[in-house]
Amino acid sequence: MQSRIALIDYKAGNLTSVRKALAAVGAEVYTPEQPSDLADAQGIIVPGVGHFGATAALDAEWTDAILARVGEGRPLLGICLGLQWLYEGSEESPDLKGLGVLSGICHKLQGDSTEGHIIKVPHVGWNSLDRLSNAPIIDGVADGAQVYFTHSYVAPVTSDSAAATTHGERFASIVQRGQVAGVQFHPEKSGEVGLQILRNFMKMVG
Amino acid sequence: MLSKRIIACLDVRDGQVVKGINFEGLRSAGDPADLARRYNLEGIDELVILDITATLERRRAMADTIRAVARELFIPLAVGGGIKTEDDAAAAVEAGADKVSLNSAALLNPGLLTTLANRYGSQAVVCAIDAKHAVDANGNKIYAVYSRSGSTAANRDAVEWAREAEQRGAGEILLTSIDRDGTKIGFDCAMTAAVSRAVSIPVIASGGAGRLHDFVDVFTAGAADAALAASIFHYAETSVHALKEHLRAHDIPVRL
Repeated sequence: MQSRIALIDYKAGNLTSVRKALAAVGAEVYTPEQPSDLADAQGIIVPGVGHFGATAALDAEWTDAILARVGEGRPLLGICLGLQWLYEGSEESPDLKGLGVLSGICHKLQGDSTEGHIIKVPHVGWNSLDRLSNAPIIDGVADGAQVYFTHSYVAPVTSDSAAATTHGERFASIVQRGQVAGVQFHPEKSGEVGLQILRNFMKMVG
Repeated sequence: MLSKRIIACLDVRDGQVVKGINFEGLRSAGDPADLARRYNLEGIDELVILDITATLERRRAMADTIRAVARELFIPLAVGGGIKTEDDAAAAVEAGADKVSLNSAALLNPGLLTTLANRYGSQAVVCAIDAKHAVDANGNKIYAVYSRSGSTAANRDAVEWAREAEQRGAGEILLTSIDRDGTKIGFDCAMTAAVSRAVSIPVIASGGAGRLHDFVDVFTAGAADAALAASIFHYAETSVHALKEHLRAHDIPVRL
């Protein structure tokens, strides 16, 4: 039987590509319409692109339901904005709280227009992963493997970081703490490396 | 370190890639999905499907093409050509496009960039600018923007229009040199650098790719973040892999 994955659609970007990639790694995906629909999710994915303010749609009822599932040991994966939401918050929306399962506050990347050292923000394109741990989410991913990013805000490198990436500064590109994992890039747009990470998540789901 | 991207453009008419294809081993030389698969194996970083028919009747065929390419490729896919309205963009996104590219429609209605950025995020909105060297009424050198496939002067300068597009919500600029398009004498590095330095969003250079070293030039002198080409890849004059090896040998960061 396929594992049922709840893909939470809080209207932060289009989910067509994420659905397609999850189908490619054998996941049965559904979109919960209300927090109680999470009851039979074997794994939860919080995707999202755009402004941290969009996570306001994930209100107390949603966060309680998600935390309840995580408390039962069901894996949670945050993608891009979804990774940032795993932290305590973001300077992009200082009044809004994140899920808070990871410590730290997300902040904006600094651009640089110095000739020869140009750093554009947003950070868009393929960049490399520096492996920092042997967390299950990064299993089978080579040090230096490249993945596709598109974002302006980042999470700090902490003991939860499984990989870091550098764009002007080093930031957490893959994180895992227990059954909670996150990726700052788009695994659904990162070729075989991205699919491997989604397969790793499916293995965590079991 | 952020890699410089190599993007292949598929010009599609009536569901078939045009501009000629010269690959061996493809089931159908002009099938977009077949060609996309080939480029993916060679290590292309991103694909652009440009609908060069873009008539109302063909829109459904275009959605089928996007769907066929998106089904098995897990790299960014942009779609352009004939996107005039929010509904056109929505159809492309629903079919599997990660980004939509607006050209004439954005010049006519710049607010469409904002509408789409609000709906899908700036990362999904590409402003395509076709421009060439010109002199304005006061004798100043400018990069004159043209719409409708280069046929109509928009009376705007590319640098100024790129800045406005960024401010209105575009997440990338696809800059095509009308002077260089199809010439294979190299990208317009001066124009690319002028636009790239004026905005903080990525600039994709297009038009003029001929030799491997043209790409080195556009990533250094041209300050481009990505480079797009069509025919040099279609005719297998250059494999994507060979191009990236060349770039790496010249200290340009690439995904290999």
